[in-house]
Amino acid sequence: MSVLDSLVRTARRRSPWLYHVNAGSCNGCDIELVACLTPRYDVEQLGIRLEASPRHADILVVSGPVTRTTAAAVQTVYAQVPNPKVVVALGSCPASCNVFAGSPTIVGPLDRIIPVDVFVPGCPPRPDAIIGGIAEAIAILAGDKPRPDGTMVPVRPTLSNAEGER
Amino acid sequence: MVVRGLVSLLIFPGALFAVPMGWFMVWLQRRLNARLQGRIGPPFYQPFFDFIKLLAKERVTRSRLQGLVLTALPVLAVGATLGVLALLPVFPEHAKFSGDLVLLVGLIEVIPLAAVLAGFASRSLYGGLGATREALLGLMYNLPFLAALGALSVGAGSFSLSEIALKPMWAVRIPALIALALCIPVKLHMNPFSIANAEQEIYAGATTEYGGPRLAIWELAHDMEWVAVTGLWASLAFPVPHVALVVRLLVFVAISLALVVLLSIVGAATARLKLAQAARVFWQWGFGIGLIAFIIAVLAR
Repeated sequence: MSVLDSLVRTARRRSPWLYHVNAGSCNGCDIELVACLTPRYDVEQLGIRLEASPRHADILVVSGPVTRTTAAAVQTVYAQVPNPKVVVALGSCPASCNVFAGSPTIVGPLDRIIPVDVFVPGCPPRPDAIIGGIAEAIAILAGDKPRPDGTMVPVRPTLSNAEGER
Repeated sequence: MVVRGLVSLLIFPGALFAVPMGWFMVWLQRRLNARLQGRIGPPFYQPFFDFIKLLAKERVTRSRLQGLVLTALPVLAVGATLGVLALLPVFPEHAKFSGDLVLLVGLIEVIPLAAVLAGFASRSLYGGLGATREALLGLMYNLPFLAALGALSVGAGSFSLSEIALKPMWAVRIPALIALALCIPVKLHMNPFSIANAEQEIYAGATTEYGGPRLAIWELAHDMEWVAVTGLWASLAFPVPHVALVVRLLVFVAISLALVVLLSIVGAATARLKLAQAARVFWQWGFGIGLIAFIIAVLAR
C-alpha cells in the first residue's frame, strides 16, 4: 500500500462526518445521538462532526422504522452522500420496526430501503452504544473491516450514477 | 520585484505560511470553543485530516458547465485570498506599490462574492438562502469596513498599505481598528454573525450542495481567510517604524492569534443574531465608529 493510500485511510479514520436522518423516529434515539456531542461524551475528540448537509457526510445515521412518507426521502439522502459512505441504523426501529412492526404505514425495516452496515440496537441505545456503533462504522469506512456483505471500502472512491435530486 | 511578489504570494505570508497557519487557527478556534463548553475538543491535526478526507471523496457528477462553475468559484476564492495575503503590509518598510489598498479591498470582496455565486449556482434552495444572507451581510459590514479603511487612508494621505501601516495617527487608528474588528467575525462566519452559514438552521448555507474535493477547496479558502482577515487587522495594529523583521513577524503572529482567541471567546459566549439585528450593529455602531474615525482623519489633515 502506498503512502498516499495509508494517508487517505488515516484521514477517513480521523475525520468522520455524520448526517442524521429521522425516518419516523419518536425522537428518543435522536436525543441520544445529540447527547454524544455534549461535554460528557464529546465525540468531537474523535473528529466526528454532525454535518448539516448529506453532501458533506461520510456516515449516514438513520433512526426510525421508515414510514411510507419518509422512505423515498431516505433513498434520496442516501444517494446524495458521496462515496465512500457507511450507514448506521440507530435504535431498534430501523433494525426490526420495533413496536411499529405490522403497521400499514411502515415500510421498514431500513435494510429493505438502503444497504445498512452497522446496527445499534436499543430503545433508545445508550450514547456509549452509539459511539461504539459509529466506531465500527469508522473502521468500515477506513477499510479496517469489511462491510456485512464482505466487501471492503476501496481507497479510491467509486463513482455512483444515482446522485439523487439536486 | 517579481521575485518578491512571488515570495509573498507563495511563501510568506502566502500559501506556504497561510495554509498551515489557517489550519492551526481553525483548530485553535474549535479547541477553545470546546474547552469553553467544558469539552475536550478535536486533536491538533483535525483540519488537515478533514481536508485530506474531503479530497479523497467522490466528486459528485454534474452537468459539464455546472461542474465547471462549481469548481471555478472556490478556486477563485482561494486565489483572491492568496492575493489578499500577498498584499498584507507585514513588513511595511518594504513598500510593495502605491495603491495596493484599492487592490486589497477589491480582492477581499471577491471571497464573499464567490460564495454568493456558488450558493446560487448550486441551484439548491438552502444554497440560495445562504447566498442571499451572505450578500445582505456584505451590504451591512462593508459600510464600517470601507469607512475604517478610508479613514486610515485619508489619515495617512496615501493609498499605500505600507504608509498606512507605518504612520502612527492613533486618534484615527483606534476607532478605525475598532470598526474593522467588528467586521472580522462576520467575514469568518463566527457567532454572533454566523448568519450566512447558520449551521443546521439553513442546512449548510451556500455550501449545502458542495461535497468531496470541491468542498475541500472551500475549506481551504476559508482556512486561509482566517489568516488573511486577522492578518490585515494585525498588520495595521502595529504602526511602529524601524523594527527588526523578526520582531515584526512575531508581533504579527501574536496579534493574529490573540484575535483568534478573542473571536473564539466571543463566539462561544454569544448566540446568532437575526439579519435586522446585525444591520443595526453594523449601520449604527460600526458605521458610527468608522465615521468618527473618518471625520477625525479629515479634520487632522
